[in-house]
Amino acid sequence: MHRFEYHAPTSTAEAIGLMERYGDSARVIAGGTDLLTALKERWERPAFVIGIGAIPGLADILYEEGVGLTIGATATVRAVETSAVVRAKYPVLAYAASTLASIQIRNLATVAGNICRASPSADMPPALLVLNAAVVLAGPAGERVVPLAEFFTGPGRTVRQPNELLTEIRVPPPQPHSGAAYIKHSPRRAMDLAVVGVAAALALENGLCHDVRIALGAVAATPRRAREAEAVLEGHEPTAARLAEAARVAATACTPISDVRGSADYRREMVRVNTARALQQALEAAA
Amino acid sequence: MKQLLRFTVNEEPCEIAVEPWWTLLDVLRDQLELTGAKKGCDRGDCGACTVLLDGKPIVSCTTLALQAHGRRVTTIEGLVHEGTPHPLQQAFVDVGAVQCGFCTPGMVLAAKALLDENPSPTEDDVREAIAGNLCRCTGYAKIVEAVLSVAHA
Repeated sequence: MHRFEYHAPTSTAEAIGLMERYGDSARVIAGGTDLLTALKERWERPAFVIGIGAIPGLADILYEEGVGLTIGATATVRAVETSAVVRAKYPVLAYAASTLASIQIRNLATVAGNICRASPSADMPPALLVLNAAVVLAGPAGERVVPLAEFFTGPGRTVRQPNELLTEIRVPPPQPHSGAAYIKHSPRRAMDLAVVGVAAALALENGLCHDVRIALGAVAATPRRAREAEAVLEGHEPTAARLAEAARVAATACTPISDVRGSADYRREMVRVNTARALQQALEAAA
Repeated sequence: MKQLLRFTVNEEPCEIAVEPWWTLLDVLRDQLELTGAKKGCDRGDCGACTVLLDGKPIVSCTTLALQAHGRRVTTIEGLVHEGTPHPLQQAFVDVGAVQCGFCTPGMVLAAKALLDENPSPTEDDVREAIAGNLCRCTGYAKIVEAVLSVAHA
């Protein structure tokens, strides 16, 4: 195990102060399920580790009518999965959470950590992307709000600066007659990464689809929206032909790699199949 | 430099100086001599190191000891009450849900956390609850049977 100095700040301001002071030589730990493996393998060798688990209020999951949902930086994936309000208002988020690793990992891992780690195959980003989520980054100069769609810049890379703490995730309130779905394609039900992850959301008004969002995981350098595919359906009736065309465009527009989990061609085909299924499930939830 | 870790272990207050890079599992096993939690994969994949943190199952090999500061840890040793095994432990014995035994403490604790939340789980619920616990003897059927026998009791 790599050796480091440990700090446990008791406020967000204190945490940001430490991050400002130590910069690139510090890593933040919330659940630690990713970082501990990296420290054991010495993939990461920070001189300082800043534990934010004891900061009061940072684990809150709050919903306010007309405002939406806020998920604090240390709220665990399991807390989101089992939250009554998340299940009622954002079932897709609770479901996506339930697909991640095991209960033992979900009781430690945080949604914010799953985002900041910026793994292309992470389970929470596709669902959060189709819900139009944003993240709050707090730094020495104050806070900025970044749409999640603009947060990821590459595998393991984001727009977050070393002196910025992701303090909360914001999800707008669900629209009337809207629905969303996440489909994780992986050989095993537990303890496995997505070969392909597809999330879809849409709202129905007078029989036409609007606010269509499709997000893909594990088929590009970052989790990303499939805007070309969304445009196929936006403002149109959800006919079988339209859904099939949106799915085809999603498969064409993504840029998967071939690796041990699947070939690029296989991933593309699974994007097509699962985009069609996710859109269908979202439609059923919206109706 | 060692730091003071104050937490509750099996209902007893505990104070111990730990290095920041020590895992909770290593502190339990090597410092507190609670060797019920096992080191299997040492990276959160196998569940043999499962303990309860504030009543919820976690992988203690992938948790810094200092993350448990101020919190409540329950290990398999804490399930025995005045020399009497917990009903789940007795059920594992009665049903024969133990082969080599290495995964058993984690299985029992994962099952206890399930039953504490949901006293009447379905078989699917039980299988989901232990999805993070690998048994390489592959004796899952008896384990599920043991958990359900307590649930239905």
